[in-house]
Amino acid sequence: MPMIYVDGQEIEVVQGENILEACLNAGLDLPYFCWHPAMGSIGSCRQCALVQYQNEDDTRGRIIMGCMTPVSEGARFSLKAENAAEFREAVVESLMLNHPHDCPVCAEGGECHLQDMTVMVGHRDRRYTGKKNTYRNQYLGPLIHHEMNRCIACYRCERYYRDYAGGKDLGAQASHDHLYFGRHEEGVLESEFSGNLVEVCPTGVFTDKPFLKQYSRKWDLQSAPSICQGCAVGCNIAPGERYGKVKRVHNRYNQDVNGYFICDRGRFGSGYLNSDLRLDYAGIKNPDGSFFAVHQQQALDTAAGWMAGKKIAAIGSPRASLEANYLLRELVGAKNFVAGFSDQEAELMGSITTILQTTKAINPSIKQMESADAVLILGEDVTNTAPRVALALRQSVRNKAFELAEQMGLPAWQDAAVRNLAQDQRSPMTIVSALDTRLDDVASTCVSLAPDDIAAFGYAVAAALAGELTDNPSADATAQMLKTAKNPLIVSGSSMAHQGVIDSAAAVADALDKATSMLSFCVPECNSLGLALMVADGLGGSLSDLVKRAPKLDALIILENDVYLRGDKSQIDQLLASGTKVITLDIHENSTLDQSDLVMAAASYAESQGTLVSSEGRAQRFYPVHSPAAERLPSWQWLLRLANVMGHKKLSKLEHFDHIVAACAKSNLLFAGLVDVAPLNSFRDRGSKIPRQTHRYSGRTAMNSGVSVHEPQQPKDHESPLSYSMEGLNRDQPSSLMPFVWSPGWNSNQSLQKFQSEVDGPLKGGPSGVRLISSSLQGADLSQQIDKVTLTAHQWHLVPMQQIHGSDELSAHTEEIAELAGRGFIAIGQKVAEKLSVSEGDGLLVTQGEVECSLEVRILSRVAKNCIGYSVGYPEAQGLTAGSLVSLKADATWQRSGAEMIASDKASFEQVISDGGASNV
Amino acid sequence: MSNAKMIQSDVSSVLTLQEMAEIDHELEHIPYKSGAAIDALKIIQAGRGWVSDECLQAIAKYLGMSSEELEGVATFYNLIYRRPVGEKVILFCDSVSCWISGCDSVKQTLSDTLGVDYGETTKDNRYTLLPVPCLGACDRAPVMMVGDDLVTHLDDNKINELFSAGKTGDQS
Repeated sequence: MPMIYVDGQEIEVVQGENILEACLNAGLDLPYFCWHPAMGSIGSCRQCALVQYQNEDDTRGRIIMGCMTPVSEGARFSLKAENAAEFREAVVESLMLNHPHDCPVCAEGGECHLQDMTVMVGHRDRRYTGKKNTYRNQYLGPLIHHEMNRCIACYRCERYYRDYAGGKDLGAQASHDHLYFGRHEEGVLESEFSGNLVEVCPTGVFTDKPFLKQYSRKWDLQSAPSICQGCAVGCNIAPGERYGKVKRVHNRYNQDVNGYFICDRGRFGSGYLNSDLRLDYAGIKNPDGSFFAVHQQQALDTAAGWMAGKKIAAIGSPRASLEANYLLRELVGAKNFVAGFSDQEAELMGSITTILQTTKAINPSIKQMESADAVLILGEDVTNTAPRVALALRQSVRNKAFELAEQMGLPAWQDAAVRNLAQDQRSPMTIVSALDTRLDDVASTCVSLAPDDIAAFGYAVAAALAGELTDNPSADATAQMLKTAKNPLIVSGSSMAHQGVIDSAAAVADALDKATSMLSFCVPECNSLGLALMVADGLGGSLSDLVKRAPKLDALIILENDVYLRGDKSQIDQLLASGTKVITLDIHENSTLDQSDLVMAAASYAESQGTLVSSEGRAQRFYPVHSPAAERLPSWQWLLRLANVMGHKKLSKLEHFDHIVAACAKSNLLFAGLVDVAPLNSFRDRGSKIPRQTHRYSGRTAMNSGVSVHEPQQPKDHESPLSYSMEGLNRDQPSSLMPFVWSPGWNSNQSLQKFQSEVDGPLKGGPSGVRLISSSLQGADLSQQIDKVTLTAHQWHLVPMQQIHGSDELSAHTEEIAELAGRGFIAIGQKVAEKLSVSEGDGLLVTQGEVECSLEVRILSRVAKNCIGYSVGYPEAQGLTAGSLVSLKADATWQRSGAEMIASDKASFEQVISDGGASNV
Repeated sequence: MSNAKMIQSDVSSVLTLQEMAEIDHELEHIPYKSGAAIDALKIIQAGRGWVSDECLQAIAKYLGMSSEELEGVATFYNLIYRRPVGEKVILFCDSVSCWISGCDSVKQTLSDTLGVDYGETTKDNRYTLLPVPCLGACDRAPVMMVGDDLVTHLDDNKINELFSAGKTGDQS
């Protein structure tokens, strides 16, 4: 590795990196703005100036930009040189000419990269006495607040939003000192990843709007390492809490999973945690249907009375932790435990888990997916079903550009040059789906087929790969594309609710028969895969089986699951109203809870700990951010206490969370790795627990004085190596215990680089999470399924459309997410719209057997023959089932929604400062 | 999705056949449609004097760009007008040669005569006054352009000559 000299000090550097990266890797504080580890260099902000000397004798040197200068053997630089330091200070001073002095009222204050850099360069006194430029801010939707006056023109927002995330509706406008970053006209930002602007912007131009409404400084937030529960991808997050409320969610770096970015469901979809629907107390149902609150012990005693020695059964949950599901299964016995999937889901998850264990292909991490140089997507609209994966797939098509750059000897971090070189040349991606997908814009080929035909297409590709003749030229082309690729990737999933689609994806992966080929499935919920692995022995049967057994049961216990979302209403009514005592643990009110006899108030993910298994089979631990409010308890604690009261032989021996993990790990061969997911409760860093609070956490003993002047003791955490305290070090611990990032002089999230072992590299604390499933050599056994695929005569196929905002049960209860979700819709092609004489925004009556739904019309540009899409998971679309046949007619009573949908909080945020703005010529 | 809402028929209701033909002509020389952005904006502006939001959206759609992308191009260039301008645009040079030659006082006279400052249009809609950094005629400073005509060696007399009360029409 080359050696360079920085201020006389010899530093070993990585060949090909730039001197800014080399300095940061060496632990030197070189200020920067526009450079970003995931987005490379463009040399726009001029902040990372150093002096470079030609040789040992050169004493003058010349000023260069660190991010644009590659290192080379023996190169000499100075960071401390006076002219470089002066230059850097002058850059900040010039940025400050127009930057407002509004730090005290700015949401970025205290975690602002611009503040940090200003202090770092030593700029203190402002000499400029003239007027500052002011801009008109835009309404960008319910998630992002816009304050252009604070802009320092680093271009990070545009480069992230457009170049990285593929958004099209935000851009740089105008030029020189009236540069403006915004939309063409006010409106909701379209990208599903807009929230990352909050973290990408080095100052307060783009801030978290829901957070602003209940603002606290970063240093006043209590944080914990957590895992997003929004989908199955398992992004690492760091929620921040104060006054018992989760106020915001930040990205928590995990190189293999989410890197620097999460989706908007993950960032903004936790508002439901603070909703009025949350349960605070256990309750027993009165004869009139209302509940009266009871103490925890009373609830436990009642439940034990109903259950001990009786015929009982339980329903688990794909959105509850592995530990809670495990306890419940042990408590009632495996034969009485139903996973809590719908019948269809159970079948699909069963086959996905089998395939993942038998396929020859790698089940890749997100990081690995970014390396794919050819992608085949079968049936998934990945942006809506596994959003963070879609962001990775967007990067994968850039591998062509990096390949071209390498041929030219251009380093990959030379972002503008690499993009210029490649223009619109991309690595190939074929999307086979029934309807539009949000990745269509980067796909080289889009094929629109009905679900059955997607499966047939997949099998045709597999056949072509096996050297058979097919009469399908586009399948042949796809096979050729995968064959010639170094790292081919096949993505499919359960969202089509179609067994054949999943099997055909596995068939393609196995037919490829390459050591580097990858196969990834998008699955529905945060612990779908974990639960599916747990019930892979098939002992408990399906939900329908349980419905049949229901009349014979004395008691049924349901864990964090609204079973009305898992089956027919009549079927579930039958299950819950069969005279069986129904005990439900959940975090908030829902239809299942209404039908229960006893409810136990469960703590949310932000109040409890647990392990989830993501779609790549990665088991990851989440920790409580704050102790449970009121009389909530984590589900695992409810169940453990219940087991104790009932005198359960095996479970009574377990005392702590770690014991459950150990027992769970022993229960299933695939779960053996669970014990290594995160350190034991006894872990200490230099003798102390890891603090959830920052050094500067303020008002700890006084912040609740409005409620009580007695200073309460800090809650104790007996179950994890984290403490509800500011004492201890947030440094050098294993990565799974990193609650927030901060380093002296680096208050913003850019301090992450101090936690990374190298720029853009793994965390110093090692990888986080344990992969439970590895690929095998045998190949998935699918030979029988191939024959099963039959193409039905073409009729109206109802195709489920997962929506990032709206289809997820929990996040949909967040005000802002509900606003973005809009009304339940039916998606049709232009021709069908013309036939029915409806246009976008009109209403259609959708009839499926006895179910009739009134849904809003959306027009899609790409629709497979005889297919229509519907917003799955929306209350308006309840009762519609994937794959069924429906009839359509215009809804005469339909009221079109007006513009008020996007203007709900416009008034309170609109601060019009005239004199300027984008279109100011 | 705001862009998606403008379907092809909307484009042809905004842009004239002539304009589309001219843009098509430019497209023949360019590998990427978006490469014709500047020319398309100029074509529209040549006929209409300025580029309205409606036109900008139509051009964006026509070239397969988002409105934001095209807006970035349109607003980058000082001489693409995103607000209505008068019949003629006066580009008054305030760069260094003209400044040395006393353009400040000439500008004052011009503003007084027309009753407008930079960025404004006369009430009779004949002139819009804009500053420009250099017109490449420093040897004849101070200079300005009135529409397509370069006017050199500016002084108060010349301003009065060009824009006497009768000529501007609103100096009653």
